[in-house]
Amino acid sequence: MRLSIVLFLAVMIVWSALSVVKTRHESRKLFIALQEMENQRDAMNENWGRLQLEQATWGTHSRIEEFARDKLEMELPITEDINLVNF
Amino acid sequence: MSESDSKLNTDFSGRRRFILCLFTIAACGLVFRVVQLQLVDKDFLQAKGNARYLRTVAIPAHRGVIQDRNGEPLAISTPISAIACNPKKLILEKSRWAELAKMLDISEAKLAEEIKKRASREFMYLKRQVTPMLAEEIRALNISGVFTKKEYRRFYPAADVAAHVVGFTNIDDKGQEGMELAFNQMLKGESGAKKVIRDLAGHTIENVESVKTAVPGNNLTLSIDKRIQYLAYRELTAAVLGHKAKSGSIVVMDANSGEILAMVNQPSYNPNNRYELKGEHYRNRAVTDVFEPGSTMKPFTVATGLENGTYKPSTQIDTRPGHYKVGPDTVRDIHNYGLIDVSTVIKKSSNVGVSKIALSMEPEVLWGTFNKIGLGTTSGIGFPGEVSGRLRDYSNWRSIEQATMSFGYGMSVTTLQLAQAYTVLANEGVMATPSLLKVEEPEETVRVMSKKTAEQVLLMMEGVVQDGTGKQAQILGYRVAGKTGTAHKSSVGGYAEDRYQSVFAGVVPVSNPRLVAVVMINEPSQGEYYGGQVAAPAFARLMGETLRLMNISPDDISSLKEKRLVAGKDL
Repeated sequence: MRLSIVLFLAVMIVWSALSVVKTRHESRKLFIALQEMENQRDAMNENWGRLQLEQATWGTHSRIEEFARDKLEMELPITEDINLVNF
Repeated sequence: MSESDSKLNTDFSGRRRFILCLFTIAACGLVFRVVQLQLVDKDFLQAKGNARYLRTVAIPAHRGVIQDRNGEPLAISTPISAIACNPKKLILEKSRWAELAKMLDISEAKLAEEIKKRASREFMYLKRQVTPMLAEEIRALNISGVFTKKEYRRFYPAADVAAHVVGFTNIDDKGQEGMELAFNQMLKGESGAKKVIRDLAGHTIENVESVKTAVPGNNLTLSIDKRIQYLAYRELTAAVLGHKAKSGSIVVMDANSGEILAMVNQPSYNPNNRYELKGEHYRNRAVTDVFEPGSTMKPFTVATGLENGTYKPSTQIDTRPGHYKVGPDTVRDIHNYGLIDVSTVIKKSSNVGVSKIALSMEPEVLWGTFNKIGLGTTSGIGFPGEVSGRLRDYSNWRSIEQATMSFGYGMSVTTLQLAQAYTVLANEGVMATPSLLKVEEPEETVRVMSKKTAEQVLLMMEGVVQDGTGKQAQILGYRVAGKTGTAHKSSVGGYAEDRYQSVFAGVVPVSNPRLVAVVMINEPSQGEYYGGQVAAPAFARLMGETLRLMNISPDDISSLKEKRLVAGKDL
C-alpha cells in the first residue's frame, strides 16, 4: 500500500518536472512568436506613422490653399456672384 | 619476534579508522559546500551567472497621439533608432573607428575622445534619433560593442500653426511644454521590460521571456479644430506682419461648450526643428501674457448697471463736454458725444459714459461682476504657465480707479480670459468653462447675469459693428456683435503715448450665438492702432470663413436680399 503511494508520487513528480520543462519551452516559443509579431506591428506602426506624416505634409492647409489659388486659380466667389437658394 | 611481527602487521584497524575519519570529514566538507552553493548562495550565484549573458532590456512604450477634435494628428511618435555602444568593447576595435565615425558624420578624433573619456563605462549613446536606414547600415558594419536601440521621435504635422498649444517633448520623450507637458502622465504610457540573451559583442541572440509588457500611452483629443486653427494662424500672421506688431494672439471658443477651437500666437516656431528656439517664441501668449483689456470691459460695466435696474438701454447719460472730473483726475473721451443713451455709450465707446455708470454703484457690485466673469482667476484649463491676470480687491479702490476700471484700465487679463468673459454675453448670461480637451458633456456653468441683461448688451454690441467703432468686423450675411479695445501700454512711470494694444472681442451669429473670438494685436506700428482698424478686420475674415466651415447658416439674409434669388420662395 505504502509502496504504491510512493510510486504514484514519484511518477507524479517526474511528470510534473517534465511538464515544467515543456511549459517553459512552450512559453519561450510563444514569446518568440510574440516578439516577431510585435516587430511586425512596430514596422506597420512605423509605416502608418510615416504615411500619416506624409499625408499631413502634403495636406498642409497652407499648401492646399496655395495650390487652389495659384495653380488652379480658384477663389472665393464675391457677393455679386452668389445666388441664394431658399426653400 | 616473527610472531609479534605478524601480529603487528595484521592489525590495521587504527589506520583504517583514521582514514575513514578523514573520508567522512572530506565528505562532510563536500556536502556542506554543496549545500552552501546550492541552497544558501544560490540566488547570488545564479544572478552572477545570468548577468554574463542574460540582460533585462527596456521596451519603450509608444507615446499617445495628440489629435484635434476631428482626429487629425497634431503630434505622432514614430519609432526610430539610437546608435549606442559599449565603450569597454569599442575601445578594443580601434581599426574600425574611422568607418564608424564616417557613418555617424563626426570626426574620428571626436569619436576617439568620447570613447576614451568613457572607457570604463558599459553604455554610451553615439547618436540618437537616426533614420532606420542609417541604423541598418551601422548594424551591417558589425562592429563589436556597437548596437542599436529602439526609441521614438515625436513629429508635429501642424508645425508652427499649433505649436504653442501642443507643446513639445525632449529627446527622452518627456513633455516639456504645452499639452505635451500638462498631460505627460496620460500620454507617456509605461515602458516594459524583457529578458534577452546577449553575446559578447552586445548583440541580442534570443528573446527569453517577457518581464513586463509595455503599455502604450493614451491618445489625447484636443478641442482644437485644425482647420480653424489654421485660419486663425493665417489671419493673425497677416495682421501682425501687416501692422508690424510685436506679437499677437487669437482665441476662438465655442460659446456653449467652452471648447477652445483655436488658440494661436505670433511669434511662433516650428516644433520639429528647435535649434534656434528662444523663450519668447514658445510662450503661449494667449494664456501667459496679460494686457489691460481697455474698452472691451465696457459691456460688463454697462451690464452691471442694467442688472441693478438703475439703467435701461434707453437711459440718457450726459457725456458733455467730453471730459469728466473725478477728484483731481479727469476721464476723457475722444470727441464730445453730448447727451447719449446707454446703447450709444457702448457704440461710441464713451469713457465718460461708462465712468458715470460705474460711479453710480458701490465698488463691491462692479467688482462682483468682474470677479464672476473670471478676472483675476485662472481659467482652469490646466495649461502650464497660465497666469491669472490681476483684479484688485474693491476695499481700497479710489473713485478714479473705479472709473478707469470700468473701461478696462488698472486690471489685466489674458486673451483666453477675455474670450471666456465674452461667453457670458453670448450664452444668455451663463459663463462657459473653457476647455482645451474635447468636451462630451458640457461642464457646470455659472450664471453671471440675467438672460435679459445679456441679450440687451449683446444687441448694444451689435450696434458697435453696425455703425460704431467696429464696422470693419462686419461679415456679410451674418449678424455680428463685438467690442473694440485700444489700450495704451503701461510702462515705467505711466502709460506710453505711442504704444498700444489693439483688441477686438466678438460674438457670432447674434441670433443664436455659437462662437466667441478675441483678437489681440500687441504694439502695431504702422500708423493704425485702433482695435477697430487693426483687430476687427482680422476678426471678420477669420470668423467669416469659420462660420462657413462650421456650416452655420447666415442669420442676416436681408443683407443678401439684393442678390439674385434663383430658386425657392421669396425671402
